[in-house]
Amino acid sequence: MIDSPQPRAVKLIADLPAGAAALVHSLTGGHDFCSRMANLGFTAGAPITVRQNYGRGPIVVSVRGTLVALGRAEASRILVRASEA
Amino acid sequence: MTQPLRQPVTPTRPLPRPNLRLVQPACHDAGPGALPHPEALTFALVGQPNVGKSTVFNMLTGLNQHVGNWPGKTVEQKTGTFRFDGAAANLVDLPGTYSLTANSEEERIARDYLISQRPDVAIAVVNAAALERSLYLVAELLALDTPLVIGLNMSDVAAQHGIHVEPHVLEAALGVPVVPLVAARNEGIRDLVAAAFKLAYDPAAFRPNRPVIRPEHQPVLEQLVEMMGGCACDRYAADWSAMKLLEGDAEVTAQVKGSVAPELWNEIHKVLLQHEDAYLDIAGGRYEWIGRMVRAAVTQPRAGAVTLTDRIDRVATHPVFGLGLLLAIFGLAFALTYAVATPLAEWLSEVVLGGLAGLAATLLAGAPAWVSGLVIDGFIGGAGTVLTFLPILAIFFALLGALEDVGYLARGAYVMDRFMHLMGLHGKSFLPLFLGFGCNVPAVMGARILEERRARFLTILLAPLVPCTARLAVLAFLTPAFFGSRAALVTLGLVALNLVVLAVAGIVVNKVAFKGEQTAFIMELPLYHAPNLRTVGLYVWNNTSSFLKKAGTFILLSSAVVWALSNLPGGNPETSILAMFGKALEPLGALMGLDDWRMIVALLSSFFAKENTIATLGVLFGAPEAGASLATQVSAVMVPAASVAFLAAAMLFIPCLATVATIKQETNWKWMWISVGLLLAISLGAGVVIYQGLRLIGVGV
Repeated sequence: MIDSPQPRAVKLIADLPAGAAALVHSLTGGHDFCSRMANLGFTAGAPITVRQNYGRGPIVVSVRGTLVALGRAEASRILVRASEA
Repeated sequence: MTQPLRQPVTPTRPLPRPNLRLVQPACHDAGPGALPHPEALTFALVGQPNVGKSTVFNMLTGLNQHVGNWPGKTVEQKTGTFRFDGAAANLVDLPGTYSLTANSEEERIARDYLISQRPDVAIAVVNAAALERSLYLVAELLALDTPLVIGLNMSDVAAQHGIHVEPHVLEAALGVPVVPLVAARNEGIRDLVAAAFKLAYDPAAFRPNRPVIRPEHQPVLEQLVEMMGGCACDRYAADWSAMKLLEGDAEVTAQVKGSVAPELWNEIHKVLLQHEDAYLDIAGGRYEWIGRMVRAAVTQPRAGAVTLTDRIDRVATHPVFGLGLLLAIFGLAFALTYAVATPLAEWLSEVVLGGLAGLAATLLAGAPAWVSGLVIDGFIGGAGTVLTFLPILAIFFALLGALEDVGYLARGAYVMDRFMHLMGLHGKSFLPLFLGFGCNVPAVMGARILEERRARFLTILLAPLVPCTARLAVLAFLTPAFFGSRAALVTLGLVALNLVVLAVAGIVVNKVAFKGEQTAFIMELPLYHAPNLRTVGLYVWNNTSSFLKKAGTFILLSSAVVWALSNLPGGNPETSILAMFGKALEPLGALMGLDDWRMIVALLSSFFAKENTIATLGVLFGAPEAGASLATQVSAVMVPAASVAFLAAAMLFIPCLATVATIKQETNWKWMWISVGLLLAISLGAGVVIYQGLRLIGVGV
């Protein structure tokens, strides 16, 4: 899905340090996973903030006013891009 | 201008009683059991998890609530009644779901109920602190016909986090009544109910601003509606079905597929394949619509503000401190139980039961010996002793309820995630297992929150290894007499043994049966808030009252049966049927140091209910005499090494009948037998190993 003329750097949410803010770029994985994440608010363009990431184990992300705990595997299936600011 | 997805539906139902339920669909499979007031108005309570929906339900219905299962489903159903200005009304609490796409059983039940049972009004509870996300469900609800009122809850929690919502602005934008509430302080609930009644009597006044699909998907949606035009699915309106088809909803897809000609389905399927990713855009479109709705109504906190939840979570979700906190909470729970509940239970046992036994002896002095025997040794010594557990249970459930209500339990699950991974499970499995400390039945049922079957089955298999309050109460009852000042230490050791066995069993079963697969971990961490006394109180009440019911019926009956079996034939316990049975098993008991047949019978009887261990001992040793409690009498027949072996075997024994039945209900026969067999082997094995081990090193013999 990286087909915009000037692709911004797309990263995995799992690779962002605590405190980093970004925008959801896209989701990878099966229909069920993507559907659940989209319903929770992880839709393209949604602003997210990583609240906790110790480099291993689960991470905490804030999306649309909600704190969501994600396993590292799940956090590696959400792609984000830098928020314009 | 975009065209509304669905024209506002003008209700054809007559006023002032809008819901006559003249036409019931033949296939409503998600209806609740009979409602207490069939002729009264019925309101459905809907909302996402962690929005305070159950607080609203508890505030409205109080003790007039019934907890059961949705017919034929393994999902909890709560129904209740309340009165408002003299009018009675039914309230059906629908499962908390994030959306109405049939990803889970809960979501299917919620939407089937709304579509086929047609409640008069749906009351949607939303969380002001997570407004956009909680309005996602509202956006889905607005695509259905049911009139809606919105309860804007937790504005106090939102304010603590710097979020302010203007209910009137939101109401104007949505065209749906929005009532601000703080459910935990019972503020605004009356206004919410008033708004619901008003709408029920005048559904024509419901003219919401319904969400629209993105313009680029409008043509395909219309195409699908047209293609399905001839199909016989009257259950869902065609445009709603078309949207759910686009969203890849499994249930609607199967329904449409089954009701149209195969050639037509091929055509529809082709269209759907071309729009495979539409579901993401539809979700995105809903959030865009929500963004427009809330823009004017919400003031967001300034960026970088440190909130209460942030401050607590620095400790509570820290990989090291968080674990320490969790252990500290466990320790506190045990300390509280020992400090407060155990003396109370002893007092009840010695003073109240002792007094009752004395009174019964006086009153029944003239009655036949078997009557006084049954009453004093059977009922008072058996079921009566079990009743003394009440303080222990009440304290445990109060702590559990408070931890849940405050929002802490999800943090416990989060810090436990990495340990649960060792067993191929993830943090969420910690929640049902933690419930197991209260009672194993809700723990087995609680495994429903796990989306994957593999994780659910493994969690169910492990749940009985969590020591429940009944077993903890047996421990709390027996250990002080067995081990004196070291009672707390032995108890902690036995609880730790259970948890170690749980971890080892989990790792082994995962490796052997599931080849070490892993599952997805996605869990909301609710914002912290003060516990609500009523919510916690009702939680304690619902759990202790079911215990009282069990003690009054099942345990009372089994006490009588144990008493009869231990006195027949001839009235001498030493030559009774039960004694012969217990003596036949003595070789097995001897391996654990249990030379007294009464101990073996007590262990076996715990299968019917864990409390039965004490009830049976109570019957077999006779009613407590003044000065010597039952526990002291029991401790006299065993050496300490055998006591430890006995307690370990009792802690690890086959789950009680109710739990086994629940395991069967939630899984299948095979898994139930695996569970029973595994625990029987573990329990007897542990008993033998501990006794023989202690004997070998010469401790406690």
